[in-house]
Amino acid sequence: MANTYDALASEARKRWEGLEKGPQPWIRVGTAICGKAAGALETLEALKAELGRRDINAVISQVGCLGLCFAEPLVDITKPGHPRVFLKNVTPEVVPALVESYLAGDRPDPGLALGTLGGNIPGVPSLEDLPQWKRQVRVATRNCGTIDPGDIHHYIAHGGFAGLARALTEMQPPQVLQEVTQSGLRGRGGAAFPTGTKWSFLARSNVSPKYILVNCEEGDPGAFNDKGILESDPFTLIEGCIIAGYATGASHGYVFIRHGHEGPIHLTRQAIAQARSLGLVGQNILGSKFSFEMDVVLTGESYVSGEETALMEAMEGKRAMPRSRPPFPAAVGLWGKPSNINNVKTISYVPEIIARGAKWFAGIGTEKSKGTAIICFSGAIKYPGMYEVPFGLTIRQVVEEIGGGVPGGKQLKLLQTGGPLGGVLGAAKLDTVLDFDAMASAGAILGSGGIIVGDETVCAVDLTRNLVAFCQFESCGKCFPCRLGMTHLLEVLERIIAGEGRPADLELMKAIGQTMAVGSLCGHGQLGFNPVQSGLQAFAEDYKMHLEQKRCPTGACNRLFHKPTRTRPVASGGWYARRDYVHH
Amino acid sequence: MTHQQSALRERIRQAITTQPQSFSTILSSLLAVQDALGWLPEEAIEEVAAHSGGTVNDVWAVASFYTNFRFTPPGRHVVEVCWGPTCHLKGAQAILDEVQRALGLEHEGDTSDGGVSLKYNTCLGACSQGPVIMVDHAIMGNMTSAHAHEAVARLDKSDGNHASQHGA
Repeated sequence: MANTYDALASEARKRWEGLEKGPQPWIRVGTAICGKAAGALETLEALKAELGRRDINAVISQVGCLGLCFAEPLVDITKPGHPRVFLKNVTPEVVPALVESYLAGDRPDPGLALGTLGGNIPGVPSLEDLPQWKRQVRVATRNCGTIDPGDIHHYIAHGGFAGLARALTEMQPPQVLQEVTQSGLRGRGGAAFPTGTKWSFLARSNVSPKYILVNCEEGDPGAFNDKGILESDPFTLIEGCIIAGYATGASHGYVFIRHGHEGPIHLTRQAIAQARSLGLVGQNILGSKFSFEMDVVLTGESYVSGEETALMEAMEGKRAMPRSRPPFPAAVGLWGKPSNINNVKTISYVPEIIARGAKWFAGIGTEKSKGTAIICFSGAIKYPGMYEVPFGLTIRQVVEEIGGGVPGGKQLKLLQTGGPLGGVLGAAKLDTVLDFDAMASAGAILGSGGIIVGDETVCAVDLTRNLVAFCQFESCGKCFPCRLGMTHLLEVLERIIAGEGRPADLELMKAIGQTMAVGSLCGHGQLGFNPVQSGLQAFAEDYKMHLEQKRCPTGACNRLFHKPTRTRPVASGGWYARRDYVHH
Repeated sequence: MTHQQSALRERIRQAITTQPQSFSTILSSLLAVQDALGWLPEEAIEEVAAHSGGTVNDVWAVASFYTNFRFTPPGRHVVEVCWGPTCHLKGAQAILDEVQRALGLEHEGDTSDGGVSLKYNTCLGACSQGPVIMVDHAIMGNMTSAHAHEAVARLDKSDGNHASQHGA
């Protein structure tokens, strides 16, 4: 059995060395969604054209997201006898200069060179010296930006599937479960529930079949790390999912992805097919007695379909509306069978935990938050990106050192964390430690890791209105406290913004929020008041000025705003449903 | 049944029966048809009902829930503008204004000649490059009103010629 894995690994290493130490330059271009948005496909075309024009031979690969989104389009060149060099913001216009300086010549343009890895080039910093790199501990994202997400051999060459091979040959399922429990891994989807405990519920069931469901709905504005992993290294998720199946006795794994996440859907499907062709998915994996099938299942656009019971409804092909619990999914899940649901990030840690051991993982982070957080920075931040950092840093370190602070000499006003159901933190909370529990007591949640930074020009009421408009649009409509409560909250916020707020409005919103919290089946309604509540706590002044002086502290609310006019609960008109159907 | 109608039904059945997923549901079938045609005609609802063994009502219940389904043919080009919080803070509203001005629209919807459909998107997923728009599946980041105007204005509204798949 081990021989089979060893054979795969040796073949993969051979192929990798062929690229890394081959006679030709190897050029990697990041073409995940952040790269594409910055124009990476145009850069790729320009590179190919320029190399062709100058008759330079090179191997070009498309890789995912290194996490340094601020440097996109990012080009990474390995030449014989030279270290790996990363070149930043390579737009098509600078491609000829890049080819001239570092492919025809040997001196990368210092204005383009971001850093090197594995050696030095005079005048170019080492990537290891950049705070955006050196502060990171890349576990789940260890291969992101390095390997081709479309080639399983790249993953295997970096130790991929060694954890699975170890589990299948050296460990019994209860030992694997114990390893995950002892690692202290907690769910990265928002609830931070201990993963080993969750798996043990499924392991205990004797009903078959059992399912491992992986959640990549990721409709949260501000979060892009699930998509980032699937677009950069879908294999770590696949390996983690198979290990979860082995540990719990499940026979099928489904990766649940939102329709429209085109890159993640395509790459995950392709990765599963490659794993199957090498005997890593399917019958008798690596010659063992363990068999496990995997597939990608799509949901339509619905944020609530990322809630675990709504997710199962969507997988069964129905409206994504949450189920009552109990029974819990581990007892009655997909098609009535025992199921375990984890987020993409959670599962993506598992291969390294099994390969390197629980102790190693538990040695990273804080007492109760083990491992790393995968932070997605966006908004008013100098270096937006996806950074995997150990728990235990302060938010200030993350924002100022890694993110580079607020650009343009402006002051930081707030951080919006944990997705639209999370909260806002004021600048006074910057010294909060990055830790599930510390962040919760500070009035926000880490959630999926999205941090949207707002500077002094942001009005807290305006941002809250935007978040509540999202929550209202996305309410599935099943529980009326959420369906009507969100609509009502939005109505109140809109009149406050318009300078027509009433003295009792703040109390009214609190009452609505309480009803939503106690009267809704799922987190969407239960936590739906969070954006308002945390905003009221940290930025009472903003609300007061709107209510008492009828003006906006920053002017942000004086502009026209657009929002969808046809939301789910009241769907009508040509886009979402036929008029005659809805009104009958 | 006219020839045209039966050809449409054939395309729908083809989409339903060649799904990449290992099992099919009402939702997966609807998504497959939406991908193939760009919208869900009445015939799709009936065919999905027949394929799934459910009723037309069962299928409508699902189709009316997910906001990516359309029940009228889309324009030849689809423009999506993100209004998620990051893009909002980075100026998405001004971009929407500009796109609407360029298209002669007041809300999301289709231009009168059927050339372009505008949709608001809750999050296009490239927050680090916000504000973001998407034109015919090509994502474009760091948008300014001027770039957005240019990207939309160059869509040929009068014929079916495809716009550039690339960014501004």
